Amino acid sequence: MSITPIDRLEFIRITAAATSVRKDTKSGVSVAPSASVTRALALRVNGEAVRLDVDTRVTLLDALREQLQLFGTKKGCDHGQCGACTVHVNGRRVLSCLTLAVMHDDDDIITVEGLERNGVLHPVQEAFIEHDAFQCGYCTAGQIMSAAALLNEPCGPSDDDVREQMSGNLCRCGAYPNIVAAIQSARGRA
Amino acid sequence: MPSRSVGRSVVRKEGRGKVTGAARYIDDLTFPGLIHARTIRSTIPAGEIVDVAFGFDTSGFTLVDYRDIPGRNIVALIDDDQPCLAERLVRHVAEPILLLAHADREALLAADVRIRYREAVPTYDATTSPIAFKTIAIDKGRIDQGFREADVIVEGEYRTGHQEQLYIEPNGVIAVPEHGGVTVYGSMQCPYYVHRALKVLLDLPDDKVRVVQTETGGGFGGKEEYPSMIAGHAALVAIKAQRPVKLVYDRVEDMLATTKRHPAVIRHRTGVKRDGTLTAIDIDAVIDGGAYATLSAVVLSRGVIHATGPYRCDHIRIRGRATMTNTPPNGAFRGFGAPQTQFAAEVHMDRIAEALGIDPVRIREINALRPGDRTATGQRLGRDCSALAVLRETVKRTDFKRKWRAYARLKASRCLKASRYKEGGSRGIGLSLFFHGAGFTGGGEVKLASKASLALTDRGARILVASTEIGQGTRTMHAQIVADTLGVPYDCVDVNAADTGQVPDSGPTVASRTCMVVGRILQRCAEDMRERLGRLTPREYLKRHGPLVITREYERPTDMAWDDNSYRGDAYGTYGWACDVAEIEVDRETWEVKPIAFTTVHEIGKAIHPVLALGQIEGGSAQGLGYALLEEVVMRDGRMANAQLTNYIIPTTLDTPPIDVVILENPYKHGPFGAKGVGEMPIDGPAPAAINALRNAGFDLREIPATPERVMVSEKQEPRHALHA
Ligand code: FES
Ligand code: FES
Repeated sequence: MSITPIDRLEFIRITAAATSVRKDTKSGVSVAPSASVTRALALRVNGEAVRLDVDTRVTLLDALREQLQLFGTKKGCDHGQCGACTVHVNGRRVLSCLTLAVMHDDDDIITVEGLERNGVLHPVQEAFIEHDAFQCGYCTAGQIMSAAALLNEPCGPSDDDVREQMSGNLCRCGAYPNIVAAIQSARGRA
Repeated sequence: MPSRSVGRSVVRKEGRGKVTGAARYIDDLTFPGLIHARTIRSTIPAGEIVDVAFGFDTSGFTLVDYRDIPGRNIVALIDDDQPCLAERLVRHVAEPILLLAHADREALLAADVRIRYREAVPTYDATTSPIAFKTIAIDKGRIDQGFREADVIVEGEYRTGHQEQLYIEPNGVIAVPEHGGVTVYGSMQCPYYVHRALKVLLDLPDDKVRVVQTETGGGFGGKEEYPSMIAGHAALVAIKAQRPVKLVYDRVEDMLATTKRHPAVIRHRTGVKRDGTLTAIDIDAVIDGGAYATLSAVVLSRGVIHATGPYRCDHIRIRGRATMTNTPPNGAFRGFGAPQTQFAAEVHMDRIAEALGIDPVRIREINALRPGDRTATGQRLGRDCSALAVLRETVKRTDFKRKWRAYARLKASRCLKASRYKEGGSRGIGLSLFFHGAGFTGGGEVKLASKASLALTDRGARILVASTEIGQGTRTMHAQIVADTLGVPYDCVDVNAADTGQVPDSGPTVASRTCMVVGRILQRCAEDMRERLGRLTPREYLKRHGPLVITREYERPTDMAWDDNSYRGDAYGTYGWACDVAEIEVDRETWEVKPIAFTTVHEIGKAIHPVLALGQIEGGSAQGLGYALLEEVVMRDGRMANAQLTNYIIPTTLDTPPIDVVILENPYKHGPFGAKGVGEMPIDGPAPAAINALRNAGFDLREIPATPERVMVSEKQEPRHALHA
């Protein structure tokens, strides 16, 4: 017996599953089908062509971490509430815990591992080190991916503009002042 | 002589790994044959388990209950009252009862376990709870005499709520059965706490249990004692299944089941002369321990010792109680009791000033502790007491007095002109003065007898300590201390993993002790090593004499004395001192409180690494503002009703105002390079500063968090303080 009622993620998993949802007539609660359905995908991850067989219930986050062993992308909540799992899909930032892997056939995915070019850090990564824009580091991949995307988004010049655009990435260590400073310096360089 | 690194902001040891995604946290690790575990928890707050039924085919599963425990069924800590797995009695919602494990996580999640209970009547009110885990009395002078000397008596009751640590990496461990024992890897602050708890639970000798900290995504106290529980669970499954076991909580489970900051109810009764001099301080503090003792006794201890705030008074009586309720056990959270009691002290201090008609700065100037003064426990403060210095610097920097008067005048005119009442927002500015003892309380450090080792390497030295890096910069700051003492460049010092198979027990990574206490032991190791080296380089020494490892143990400064029975003496080696000023704005439509500016002046002895120290102060201040204004744990029938980030709100970058930090340095003679502790102090001050700012804007709050609902009601309240001549 689980103490958690069916949550939103469960709901997505269930409704997205190709097989029909079984309804437990006694409790009236819908439960996930035990049989999994897999689909073949072809996508590009960090510049490389990747073929994957994914369970249709699997999020992009879990596929990246568990099937591709790209552990840099973090799971802080699995519910789209913290930003730790931010990656780029076709150049835009996306919460990888809120999207199913099966939806990304043919897409271009960049994770924190894909920012470095020939051993040279991305300007945002450089700036994060320079400004000590992290403490425990658990939110950091998400912060960096959001910040790297922000460089190409319309964003006003002020610190407040940056704060607004970064407000979906929580940092409990409270490294916010340094994160804003790092992003501003990376914008100056980019 | 290489350039010194202490006082400079060198690059973090683990910086690159954290920005490239290469750093490995517990959920990033796997082992061949690994299976996943899940904890089955109680759904009632109090009662007995009647029976357990499995609504699934259990073949292929590993099932573990209390009967599988080879040693004692406890999470060994202080009182040893908390079972690792409930046997019959249930004392809180989300209490662990059973463990399931399976190689396939989907199958594991789908497994349906039904437990029937016989329910009992739960206790939720800590102030009336008949069961006390701990009571503490502190007496100084004669309280009756103090009240006789008073012209005015001010009373008040203050309340603080739970607070969730909310490290972004949830709790998790992996247990691997090996060598007839078990190795546990995990996200944690205190590898040796886990080590000890596992020995007791599994009935294994020292060398059959190994605990390795993995990169840890924040702790804030939340990974002080709880990892002992999770490690126990994973180890039990691993031993039964004889396979590696991963047990990582999801966010909801972490919020429902793990420890939080103790809620508190604190009553003050204070005698004061017309000129503002305190004559008597009488405090009664109750903290809600939750269902088991965990660390409540020591949280209470730190709480009551800090309960007066940094003020001198000859007649003090403090009574503290940590009581039991049928809610998940509360535990360590940065500040450890001091944020609760200093919230009460500092809001009360503004009310005393108000009763006397003097301003908040003056009342504090009159009463602030000075060098040579004695604290509530009778500790005589040395020259590194900086209460007045931080107060004056903050007041000057923020133009506090002028703003405070201006906002107060605005408030008065608002009250006169009812028509303008609803217009725009209301602003206020508030101040808090606070202190924080560094290291374990009283005789704690002597009992811990922490050790640290330093091994000579080709290039310099390797640090061997059990202190963990949890984001605060342990590795970096320790390496700086060793590098400068040994006379080698910072880059030539490396840091061993916190692995009980390799490092000595340096005590837990808590209580702002990692720099001041463990750093000092390391410094002594480095001093000895430098002497042994003489004129030889490390490489030459190793060639000529072979390996060199130096281990040193904590030494109590000879001028420290403490009596645990009377609660008299030197409660801490030293204290840090700080003053916060918060400026807030109340939205008169939504009643939200927005912090618009925040200034803090911290005296921390010596900033070994200024940027790391600033990070601690900024981060702690942000958490403190969350505690003050946003973070409310809603307990419904003993269960956290808002166990997710959409309705338990922590500060985003938008909720965090620009934070202006000033660091003052007044060296502590027994700290490495004069350093005191810094990790916890920043969280003590923001809540009272913000609530005092609300008072300045016309809102009389005595309880945090200051949610819109509370703020709206507080404006209408008449001042309730009792006044008599
Ligand atoms: S893990 Fe995706 S937003 Fe938190
Ligand atoms: S660095 Fe720890 S949560 Fe952001």
